[in-house]
Amino acid sequence: MMSPAVILLLLWMIVPLAMTLYFSFLRYNLLMPGTEAFDGIQNYRYFLTDPAFLEALGNTLMLVGGVLCITVIGGTLLALLLDQPMFGQGIVRLLFIAPFFVMPTVSALVWKNMFMNPTNGLFAFVAKVFGGTPIDWLGHYPLPSIILIVAWQWLPFATLILLTALQSLDSEQIEAAEMDGANAFSRFFHIVVPHLARAATVVILIQTIFLLSIFAEILVTTNGGPGNASTNIPFLVYAQSLLQFDVGVGSAGGIVAVVLANIVAIFLMRMVGKNLDL
Amino acid sequence: MGSITLKKVAKRFGDVEVIPPLDLAIEDGEFVVFVGPSGCGKSTLLRLIAGLEDVSEGVIEIDGTDATEQPPAKRRLAMVFQSYALYPHMSVRKNIAFPLKMAGMEKSAIKAKVDHAAKTLNLSDYIDRRPGQLSGGQRQRVAIGRAIVREPSAFLFDEPLSNLDAALRGNMRIEISELHQTLDTTMVYVTHDQVEAMTMADKIVVLNAGRIEQVGSPMELYREPANVFVASFIGSPSMNIITGAPAAEAGATTIGIRPEHFQLSTDGGQWRGVVGVSEHLGSDTFLRVDVEGVGTLTARAEGEFPARHGDTVGLTPDPERMHRFDAAGLRIVR
Repeated sequence: MMSPAVILLLLWMIVPLAMTLYFSFLRYNLLMPGTEAFDGIQNYRYFLTDPAFLEALGNTLMLVGGVLCITVIGGTLLALLLDQPMFGQGIVRLLFIAPFFVMPTVSALVWKNMFMNPTNGLFAFVAKVFGGTPIDWLGHYPLPSIILIVAWQWLPFATLILLTALQSLDSEQIEAAEMDGANAFSRFFHIVVPHLARAATVVILIQTIFLLSIFAEILVTTNGGPGNASTNIPFLVYAQSLLQFDVGVGSAGGIVAVVLANIVAIFLMRMVGKNLDL
Repeated sequence: MGSITLKKVAKRFGDVEVIPPLDLAIEDGEFVVFVGPSGCGKSTLLRLIAGLEDVSEGVIEIDGTDATEQPPAKRRLAMVFQSYALYPHMSVRKNIAFPLKMAGMEKSAIKAKVDHAAKTLNLSDYIDRRPGQLSGGQRQRVAIGRAIVREPSAFLFDEPLSNLDAALRGNMRIEISELHQTLDTTMVYVTHDQVEAMTMADKIVVLNAGRIEQVGSPMELYREPANVFVASFIGSPSMNIITGAPAAEAGATTIGIRPEHFQLSTDGGQWRGVVGVSEHLGSDTFLRVDVEGVGTLTARAEGEFPARHGDTVGLTPDPERMHRFDAAGLRIVR
């Protein structure tokens, strides 16, 4: 009964993967059509020994780690704030999720042109108002700038999940801790944070899957530069395949990315297994 | 040490007065039960004592000192919640140790105290389990354990047995009473179950719509209820409340007769009626009898009483144990 759906899904996933795997062992350059030939592991050797690879790997991990830190910690604090009774609570919460609905390219361009631009940007304006020198954010701090942009997009998601988790905390537990003599800090670290651990795990898991493949924000802001300063693995694969026209090396890079993603997934699953099975 | 005095304490939520100003004195070592129907303000009153809610008016004194403005932790009270409020991510040991850890006690001292509490409450076998792996009764005991390690001046219980099944509730009732004997500490206990109130209390406070209807020992409330509300609330099955002609004959607006204060007979009797339902428990027989001009009455006969649905029986109230109330519902003193 299920087989049509399963077969369709399998084809959907297996065919591209198999073709990527196949291309990764082929000498396949778009500038030299008709010269495709089996090339052994040359493509992998080329990709892995490329000095850009290690830099891209480091950038990928920095990007994922940085965004996760900002969204989980910031999300927790914002969730605490939004959980307080306030005027216009419903509208504030609605507005809060807005960044999540803005397309990545659009939000990246808004940040690039309206905030971070060293002549016309808002940050430059603020710096000038206080007599400072405007900073060329994307030129001098490309990776932190991209982390900031991506974190801005994902913060609402983390906040929303953590807020719902926060609201599911039994108020009697907090009251019991209060009677037990725990002050606000102890209550937060001993009761609230462990309660949020589960939700935070889900946030980390889902975000990691998406953050490993960040591409659009880099393409429209820094194009991976200056040099390779903001190139991550997906962008490196793109650069190999479509800027240097070497589909073979690009495919090899794709397979390497799949392997890396699986290594990360194993660590995540172990963390999830520990946290979700309370 | 553990006396609690409420002086003109009132609680309002906005314009709604949940508890009108009331006075109450709880003596050291007493087991006081707040009882009343749901929504009568008994839990709110307990939370006021605990400090989890701020009083709108009045003074709360604990051990003779004004505690009205003190935060919950400073009042030296321990509370057992209805949901137990155990910390799900901590083991039983850590749960019980939590208040001591918060008080900054030394690790070795904490361990000794926790072990002692666990032994008292038969929890030693589960000490390293999480609350999620325990049964309702065990969780209840952990919650009590967490309360007793602090050696508080008084314990507050908020409907602690309402999540347990009937058999377990009976056992825990006895355990809590025994705990009170051993510790000899003041306990304030909130329940809607008058059986718990009657069996455990030294002093019962009957609440209705935030007002104290009557304060007294269980037997005082049983023998001399101050008004119709207390009369019908205390006792199981509840008292028969009769108005109209039969009450006027006795010189009152309302009369109350407990099911156990009827003389039942198959023939004769002051009132005769038809049996609707008969419940045979072996030790007792409960009859629901329709008496013309009086209403449906519940009567109890000791042991077995040979009456079935549709039989006619005679009921004779014991005039000595008949409760008479005036038009305002207050007891008419003989």
